[in-house]
Amino acid sequence: MNSSLESSSPAPAVQDMLEAPPLTLGQLTWRRFRRHKMAIFGAVTLFLLFIYSFGGAFIFSEQYANFTETGARLQAPSSTHPFGTDTIGRDILARTIYGGQISLFIGLTAVIIELLMGVMIGAISGYYGGRIDALLMRFTEAVLNIPQIFLLLVMAKFFAGKLPNIQVLGRTFSGSVVVIIFIIGLTSWPYLARIVRAEFLSLKENDFVMAARATGTSSTEIIFRHILPNSIAPIVVSGTLGVANAILSEAYISFLGMGVQPPTATWGNMLEGAYNYIESSPWLWFFPGMLILLTTLSINFLGDGLRDALDPHSRAA
Amino acid sequence: MSNHQEPILSVKHLKTRFHTAEGTVYAVNDVSFDLYDKETLAVVGESGCGKSVTMMSILGLIPIPPGEIAAGEAHYLERDLLKCTENEMETIRGREIAMVFQDPMTSLNPVLSIGHQITESLRCHLNMNQEEANQRAVEMLESVGIPDPASRLKSYPHQFSGGMRQRVMIAMALACSPNVLIADEPTTALDVTIQAQIMELVHEIRQRMSMSIIWITHDLGVVAGMADRVIVMYAGYIMEQASVIDLYEQPHHPYTLALLAALPRVDLRREHRLLSIPGAPPNLLVEPVGCPFTARCQLAFEHCRIERPPLFTTGEGHQAACWLDPKTGKPR
Repeated sequence: MNSSLESSSPAPAVQDMLEAPPLTLGQLTWRRFRRHKMAIFGAVTLFLLFIYSFGGAFIFSEQYANFTETGARLQAPSSTHPFGTDTIGRDILARTIYGGQISLFIGLTAVIIELLMGVMIGAISGYYGGRIDALLMRFTEAVLNIPQIFLLLVMAKFFAGKLPNIQVLGRTFSGSVVVIIFIIGLTSWPYLARIVRAEFLSLKENDFVMAARATGTSSTEIIFRHILPNSIAPIVVSGTLGVANAILSEAYISFLGMGVQPPTATWGNMLEGAYNYIESSPWLWFFPGMLILLTTLSINFLGDGLRDALDPHSRAA
Repeated sequence: MSNHQEPILSVKHLKTRFHTAEGTVYAVNDVSFDLYDKETLAVVGESGCGKSVTMMSILGLIPIPPGEIAAGEAHYLERDLLKCTENEMETIRGREIAMVFQDPMTSLNPVLSIGHQITESLRCHLNMNQEEANQRAVEMLESVGIPDPASRLKSYPHQFSGGMRQRVMIAMALACSPNVLIADEPTTALDVTIQAQIMELVHEIRQRMSMSIIWITHDLGVVAGMADRVIVMYAGYIMEQASVIDLYEQPHHPYTLALLAALPRVDLRREHRLLSIPGAPPNLLVEPVGCPFTARCQLAFEHCRIERPPLFTTGEGHQAACWLDPKTGKPR
């Protein structure tokens, strides 16, 4: 076959085309993602938010963020406190930086738990089917039937103060951070589990699964090495959007005072203190609120872009 | 092949059923056959006659439920494959008995590189590390005629043509040097020239690696060029079993006769329309009382409807399930 091609000596342009290496899956995805302007905006904004939260820690120390100065309470933005001060005189700029770390951290780790639970349960359910599937899906539906917000609040209330503070890298974190991560993670997986199950149900009927079994591949290997990579697109998209949801959930519970406990700052519990000063001191809620809005918005744009880029069915230019 | 030799794979009275919403499908009924060392056994029959299901039952690839292996034994080197646990089967599949599937376009995982898919069985069966496995994969790809194999390891299935993919599938199946290769219509999805290349390749590999091959097909032309012995199946039953020469020269079953008559010939002048067997295969939802071919058989008589004929030995290594004695042409 090759020799006949060479002997016919095609025009140089054609030869170039033939010799250009084919695009890998990653390159194709990037090409499609690049066209999605809002997704690029989202990705850039998220990157900047990470720099803001984690880079800002080099400018302000945590002591400064938690330093109370009752003489300087509820000050409007000025040159000494660019974002103003809160009800007990803490600098809001420094607190949004440290709060951002916690909020983003909670968002990411809660999603990791969600992914682990959702993918495991969905994959086992979809692959094995039958009684295992029925059992796991009824369990999933049971979790789904409990309104997530109430479950979150009840669990937050129940576990509040049961965990001691945690020391990591010389910093102290309220034990409630871990509680919040787990309860968000453990209440948000059912949707993902259903998506993964549906993917597995259709993918396991493919010939390549039978072919893999015929070469002696074990079930675990088939589930994780053969089928899971094929269903990565919806999982990535759902996981991305899950980060936004987790940040919002954290803000929600913290706003109701049952989330992460002060002095550890999060964008959510900063809003809690702002509740009584909505009109008199708008800077209290404006900055953390804007940061939450910006983060969830850019994550959603990013998720949209990833969906279009990873989904082979949406080849729209 | 000679009968004094011990068979490498011996299937006895295999019965496979599927319990579906419409009722029980009798897919494989009382199938027995032997596979000897270094021979090529062809299994022919029309679509849905139980060829693939037989092989998949042997390898434990039938989904249970809805499937059920109702009875039978499949002895492979002292072990009954039908009684092996899933874990034991995983050590046999790919290592001892490998299978090549019909459609190379869908039998390769689209998101894994060719190298990954070939080395997978090497790593799990032969405990090779990635480097050794890669080296072996390059050798395998080279032996199935893929140019520049080392750089092709990183390629993905969509970068290969159909014929190339089937070569990759064969390389995958042969990677661990199995004793038995089951080829489930490996050339049906390919065009005729590629089909000839693949057949040539398998033939050559069989010589080189000295293994036994079960070649499932519905193409009698393929059988003539490949096989040592042939099994003809119909509606889940074995109709006739013979060496390839006997089968073509003196078929003993009316179904085989009809199949051969329906074969298009390029070397003969076309005088009439291509023959076909009237009627359709029986409904597998009911277990037939008599011979399953009765309804379409031109030689059928009363007894065919009442009792199913067992496999009668009609010659040296030649068996046919028919109430007519081929030597006398009279009912038994």
